[in-house]
Amino acid sequence: MTQMLPLALTDVTVRRRGKRIIGPVTHRLEQGPPTIVIGPNGSGKTTLLRVMHGIERINAGQVAWTHDAPDQQAFVFQSPIVLRRSVAENLAYPLRLAGVDKVEITSRVTTWLARIGLGAFANTAATRLSGGERQKLAIARALIRTPQVLFLDEPCANLDGHTTREIEALLSETATAGTRLIMATHNMGQARRLAGDVIFMLNGKIHECGAVDYIMNTPQTPELKAFLQGDIVT
Amino acid sequence: MNDILQGLSAAFWLVVSLDAELIDISLRSLRVTLTALFISCIIAVPLGAYLAVQRFRYRRFVIAGINALMGLPPVVVGLVVYLLLSRSGPFGVLGLLFTPTAMIIAQVIIITPLIASIAHQAIRELWAEYHDLLISLNTTKWQRIKTLIWDGRRNLLTAALAGFGRAIGEVGAIMIVGGNIDNVTRVLTTAIALETGKGDFALALGLGFVLIGLSMIVSVTIHSLSRTEREGRW
Ligand SMILES: Nc1ncnc2c1ncn2[C@@H]1O[C@H](COP(=O)(O)OP(=O)(O)O)[C@@H](O)[C@H]1O
Ligand SMILES: [Mg+2]
Repeated sequence: MTQMLPLALTDVTVRRRGKRIIGPVTHRLEQGPPTIVIGPNGSGKTTLLRVMHGIERINAGQVAWTHDAPDQQAFVFQSPIVLRRSVAENLAYPLRLAGVDKVEITSRVTTWLARIGLGAFANTAATRLSGGERQKLAIARALIRTPQVLFLDEPCANLDGHTTREIEALLSETATAGTRLIMATHNMGQARRLAGDVIFMLNGKIHECGAVDYIMNTPQTPELKAFLQGDIVT
Repeated sequence: MNDILQGLSAAFWLVVSLDAELIDISLRSLRVTLTALFISCIIAVPLGAYLAVQRFRYRRFVIAGINALMGLPPVVVGLVVYLLLSRSGPFGVLGLLFTPTAMIIAQVIIITPLIASIAHQAIRELWAEYHDLLISLNTTKWQRIKTLIWDGRRNLLTAALAGFGRAIGEVGAIMIVGGNIDNVTRVLTTAIALETGKGDFALALGLGFVLIGLSMIVSVTIHSLSRTEREGRW
């Protein structure tokens, strides 16, 4: 399997309706532990992830994978998108798209159902699940093709502590197993637990980035310092 | 008043005794309408899905056109089909005028825009919901259309049933292009018109009962389908 990473963003800019949403952003993502994207609301975290994933049109600059393989990356959206199908069929869907054979699909779906604790809901309509269950389903569906790179946009934003811990455990295992995680979050505790390195977004730009300990303990800019202290930064 | 009561009891008797003529006409109605419905769905559902998923230059124009065609007066459709199929018309050599095929053609023209419009509406909503996920999964256009049609099947069935209701109750166009020929093109609606004209209220009412029965089956089906949808059963 050819390595997709490193990913190089060069002077990437996204404009919508005459407004600059992000950019210019220049950044390089290497193979390694998770990258956590933090920053105030509207700072461009979601847009940055979507640009990296290739689902947001850019107006200038370049997004270059070392080896571009769209089926080797996946995205978990902030509010989970579930297909109007059974839970098991949701999990099977990416595998069917990839033409995986039936026996293999059944076995992987069964494994993942157990892993996210939804075994009893295999034939339930996914739209009936609770928010936390939906998000776990969305993450499992993103992971079922064992992507090299997984983007997550505030996956625990509206979830209770218990589900958040479950998801964090799953993500830790995933990272250990070799999937590169890039995740936006508002939860600084979560950032500390999972990163890796941290990207601090502000006003559509990467304001500061670096290893998690360095960013959290020795912020270089007053804006990051204020953000970490819970102040409102603009 | 007496006429009506007599008619009602005679009609009731025709229905319970499974009167041969009544059955013959009813089956022909069903055959013509179901064939038209099948053809219309084959055209309208993929068309509706395509219009939802694909952006192209004249898309809005096409959608507006379909919506306009929905309001086409059936009698005018009948007239146009008549002119096209009549001996001196461009398709006269086919000898289709006053055959069930002519009636099917007219019904297809009448209900295809209706089904396409409802299908488009339903699939557009589903596409808005699924958009990011299907883009992220790097689906082909054809995979998107298949997924949307499959997951939207309940709403599409509603569209088809609406088309069925419109087609089975249609009289004007059918009368013109079919000619209401006994044993050949006589269907429920044209027979009712004829028997009423002749003053044979028993048969007219009997036919009316059957027509109402069919319509009721349709609306009960729609209702129960939307209920299974709400209860999230698959
Ligand atoms: N398609 C769009 N059109 C206009 N504005 C947008 C669009 N997408 C995002 N924005 C704006 O860009 C800014 C950054 O958005 P986003 O990337 O979602 O930030 P974050 O995820 O950090 O909250 C926000 O102010 C948002 O309203
Ligand atoms: Mg966001």
